[in-house]
Amino acid sequence: MIRFNNVTKVYTRGQRPALDHVTVEIERSEFAFLVGASGSGKSTMLALVLRQERASSGTVYVLGQDVSKLADRKVPFFRRQIGVVFQDFRLLENKTVFENVAFAMQVIGQPRHSILSVVPDVLSLVGLEGMGKRLPHELSGGEQQRVAIARAVVNRPQVLLADEPTGNLDPLTSEGIMAVLDRVNQTGTTVVMATHDVGLVNEMRRRVIELVDGAIVRDESGGRYGAGYVGGVRGT
Amino acid sequence: MRFWFVLGEIAAGFRRNMTMISAVILVTFVSLASVGAALLLQMQIDKLRGEWYGKVEVSIWLCPVQPLGGQACVDGPVTDDQRDAIEARLSSAELKPYVADYTLETAEEVYADLQTSFSEADWTGGVSVDALPPVIHVRLVNPGDYQVVEEAVNGQPGVYTVRDQSELLSPLFDILAKAQIAALAVAGILMVAAILLIATTIRLSAMSRQKETGIMRLVGASNLFIQLPFMLEGAVAALIGSVLSVVTLWVVGKFWLVGWMSESFGTLLSRVNTADVFVIAPWLMLLAVVLAALSSVLTLRRFTKV
Repeated sequence: MIRFNNVTKVYTRGQRPALDHVTVEIERSEFAFLVGASGSGKSTMLALVLRQERASSGTVYVLGQDVSKLADRKVPFFRRQIGVVFQDFRLLENKTVFENVAFAMQVIGQPRHSILSVVPDVLSLVGLEGMGKRLPHELSGGEQQRVAIARAVVNRPQVLLADEPTGNLDPLTSEGIMAVLDRVNQTGTTVVMATHDVGLVNEMRRRVIELVDGAIVRDESGGRYGAGYVGGVRGT
Repeated sequence: MRFWFVLGEIAAGFRRNMTMISAVILVTFVSLASVGAALLLQMQIDKLRGEWYGKVEVSIWLCPVQPLGGQACVDGPVTDDQRDAIEARLSSAELKPYVADYTLETAEEVYADLQTSFSEADWTGGVSVDALPPVIHVRLVNPGDYQVVEEAVNGQPGVYTVRDQSELLSPLFDILAKAQIAALAVAGILMVAAILLIATTIRLSAMSRQKETGIMRLVGASNLFIQLPFMLEGAVAALIGSVLSVVTLWVVGKFWLVGWMSESFGTLLSRVNTADVFVIAPWLMLLAVVLAALSSVLTLRRFTKV
């Protein structure tokens, strides 16, 4: 589903690479954590998958396609198969919950009737039934992130990328978000989540790919993260 | 769905960018009104030219009976032979392509004409037939070819002087042409301003909607779909400006050209009218769209990054 083949990414010539000869493969329907300190290369990996950035060397395959060979005009269509969630939610403040989710369908030209039928389903998937008319500022942080997840998955992407989705949330709320991501994963969507939330990673017992200074130092399924692991970052 | 969505985005852009949009409308309005004025002037010039030059003629004044002072007609009045020679020249193969026809007006006819035209003026009594030159009126195929005729007959025995009536008109056309150039210059400067202003407006609008466009890009909206609202925003503003300019030209045409000028000049002048405004209206609108499109190309090139 996602394959990094000896990928190096250098942002500024002469500087230390953000990713250094990374080779890794994430299978269809897998749930994988990318862990590591800030600046370890997690976000760069996600940006390469999304083709917001291009690898300096090596190849990145997403959905069986070498993304560096993707023409610019085809990138939008490629991205329709990938959902993204961020730490800062990125909701449109002047649109309701329903409109925020519907926006993702409108802008790729989905017909009105399918928007009206799909959006409520997705809102219930993320646990926001009946909240479609609320505005983002009327919601808690956790609820806002659920809206963001709903927007990311409403077009049924094959991959969901989450960049520190719980970074702004308290532990209890974070668990709720993890449950939602787990549910999304159960529907067959590949989920890749970048985080440094030790507690969550250890609880989920999923695959953990750990990065230090742009290199993978550990990759184990059912992994843990935190103090005591090679190259690990001291947990809280 | 898409259509209404794009329309909603344009409306939102208008609300958010009201001052800039107003500026765009006003600048395109004034610049296109100038373009329109220049076009109407051109039509006016063509009309006058067609009408007046069709009537103007070259007059060949022959030597009168009464001697004139100075160099001209030192050999006395024109003789019949001399007159025949001149007429033969006018109908020669050489001049044939240029001369439509000609008529001879004898001194007596000129005198009668003078009497009827100026019957109420005192001085006509002091004018004698002998002082008046017989005149050959030549209508040209093309009024611009005056020189050819003038060179052929001027200085011939019996010819006093050759007059080209179109010379009288040329100062008027000079003024009209200069006014047209001025209108075009103003229009040119304002159009550059309009393009820059539309470009700035599109850029501002795009910046104020960066969050939306960022999300659109992430969920895979095509570039065209992301940019379309901005482009249309500029185009709609420019179109409103062009409509305003057409309305203004129409009002000016209706109440100033047709109203005031026909009171002052009657039917003496054939003038551009409100129908002519509608002839140029589509072109002004097209120009507005071209202006907006140019600005969009200038601005959005840097937003096409995926």
